[in-house]
Amino acid sequence: MQWESWSAFFNMGGYAFYVWFSFGLTALCVVWEVIALRKRSSEALRLTRLLSQND
Amino acid sequence: MNNAWLTVLTRDLLQAYRRRSDIATTFFFFVIVSSLFPLGVGSDSAILSMIAPGVLWVAALLAGMISLSRLFATDFADGALEQMLLSPQPLALLVSAKILAHWLVCGLPVVLLAPIIGLQYALPNEAISTLVLSLLLGTPALSLIGAIGAALTLGARGSGLLVALLVLPLYIPVLIFGSLAVAASQHGMSPQAHLSLLAAISLLALVLAPLATAAALRISVE
Amino acid sequence: MSLKKIIFALGLIIALTAATLIFFTHGLNYIGVNVALLGLGAVLMRQSAYFSDNFYQHASPQSFYPTAGRMIPWFAWLAAVLVIYGLYISFAIAPTDFQQGEAYRIIFVHVPAAWMSMVIYLAMAFWAGVGLALNSKLSAMMAQALAPTGAIFTLLALVTGSLWGKPMWGTYWVWDARLTSELILLFLYLGFMALQASIDDPRKADRAGALLALVGAVNIPIIYFSVKWWNTLHQGSSINMGAAPKMAATMFEGMILMALAFWMYTIAVALIRVRCIILERERNAGWVKELSVKEIA
Repeated sequence: MQWESWSAFFNMGGYAFYVWFSFGLTALCVVWEVIALRKRSSEALRLTRLLSQND
Repeated sequence: MNNAWLTVLTRDLLQAYRRRSDIATTFFFFVIVSSLFPLGVGSDSAILSMIAPGVLWVAALLAGMISLSRLFATDFADGALEQMLLSPQPLALLVSAKILAHWLVCGLPVVLLAPIIGLQYALPNEAISTLVLSLLLGTPALSLIGAIGAALTLGARGSGLLVALLVLPLYIPVLIFGSLAVAASQHGMSPQAHLSLLAAISLLALVLAPLATAAALRISVE
Repeated sequence: MSLKKIIFALGLIIALTAATLIFFTHGLNYIGVNVALLGLGAVLMRQSAYFSDNFYQHASPQSFYPTAGRMIPWFAWLAAVLVIYGLYISFAIAPTDFQQGEAYRIIFVHVPAAWMSMVIYLAMAFWAGVGLALNSKLSAMMAQALAPTGAIFTLLALVTGSLWGKPMWGTYWVWDARLTSELILLFLYLGFMALQASIDDPRKADRAGALLALVGAVNIPIIYFSVKWWNTLHQGSSINMGAAPKMAATMFEGMILMALAFWMYTIAVALIRVRCIILERERNAGWVKELSVKEIA
């Protein structure tokens, strides 16, 4: 293990902002993409159902 | 075959001559853009000659780009393009005539005007001759690559700005080698390597771009 | 022997060779990579064998839609496991860099994101080319589905690269050859997406986008070369990202694991997106209507 305590881990040797911003932004992008895709596919399914019910 | 090529070339040149104001737009665009920089940066001749290679090349790039949307649009509107697609001549060949006409009308004036603008930017004589040579070697590639973008955006909505987005990233190598050639001769070094690479890009574009443009036209028109 | 078995065997052999090669050259240092590589090889080859069995049958949106649905959880779980293991290696096992301190840990997202941005562009151009050559609808949809994820990874590579640059070089942005190329790659992605979005007829948009992706793929080596050339001439300083002189084995392992995780994530997301595209485009086809009726029931 590299870290003596949790606070040392979060501090990242003084580079906390750069490291956590990088990883946080990546996580944010992934979460956003997944949510956006969820929305898109449920919308696509909903419209498809609507169309097939009209027949 | 040569006959058809010549016909397309002379036809495009004639059309350009009849709409002289369009050509003048490209021409004055280049002059105005390159005259704006000294007003923004200041009249210090040391700074001006330092930024000159990049600024003049970017201005040439933009001037070549704004005229692209006209390359196929009028022919598309009046049906001439469809005739070219249906003609027994290879489309890439006819396209190359159109691209040559575009270069003669929009590229060549910029090359000829460059020495005067270069003087305004306090470029030394060798650098000015390199500038003209680099533009002469590089602007054909701009017309060739630009033609692909113009053909792709033919059927698209709002193609004026779209063509910039598609084409400008592809212009980057030409910009780099062109401005480096001028910068090299400014610093008393040989611009030979940059000019050779510029010529290589133009030759590669000469081989591939008409084919890609022809394919793009078939996609857009059909 | 059927084609399926041959491909399966070939994939296994390649994965095994790679794994043993790593084992003999680096010993147990890369045991995690080894296991991941073997599992991945098996899964991927299983899938590709399934497809090559009957390309044209599987290449129709109708039969791909349910297949993609079955594949998504596999890749999603694989991505989740790999990312957890990768983060564990990156933060708990990999040692502090003696030059860069803890800031170097940004490479565990930066380098994989940069790799993926290029791999995705190549994959996109590949599918675009296949779509153009074989006139297959699904390939073009695949290319379209990959583009947004590729653009996101390019953006991430840019932002994390400049976040890494600030503590290392003192500025957020340096016109470094890699960052500059990454920026141009972002422009290429944006151009592809903008072109596809501005053509109304989807088949026309497919083919125009495919041609643009191919032109871009031809240009990328020239652009990279020119940017590198420009960079070496303009700044003689030896700033070189990524190429750390001596990288600890665990650092490398963390990077590889994160890259694999991103890769699996990309596949999962692209498959989800391709399913959306299929639904949106084939809404009027009979099978889509039947499918939606089935899913309600």
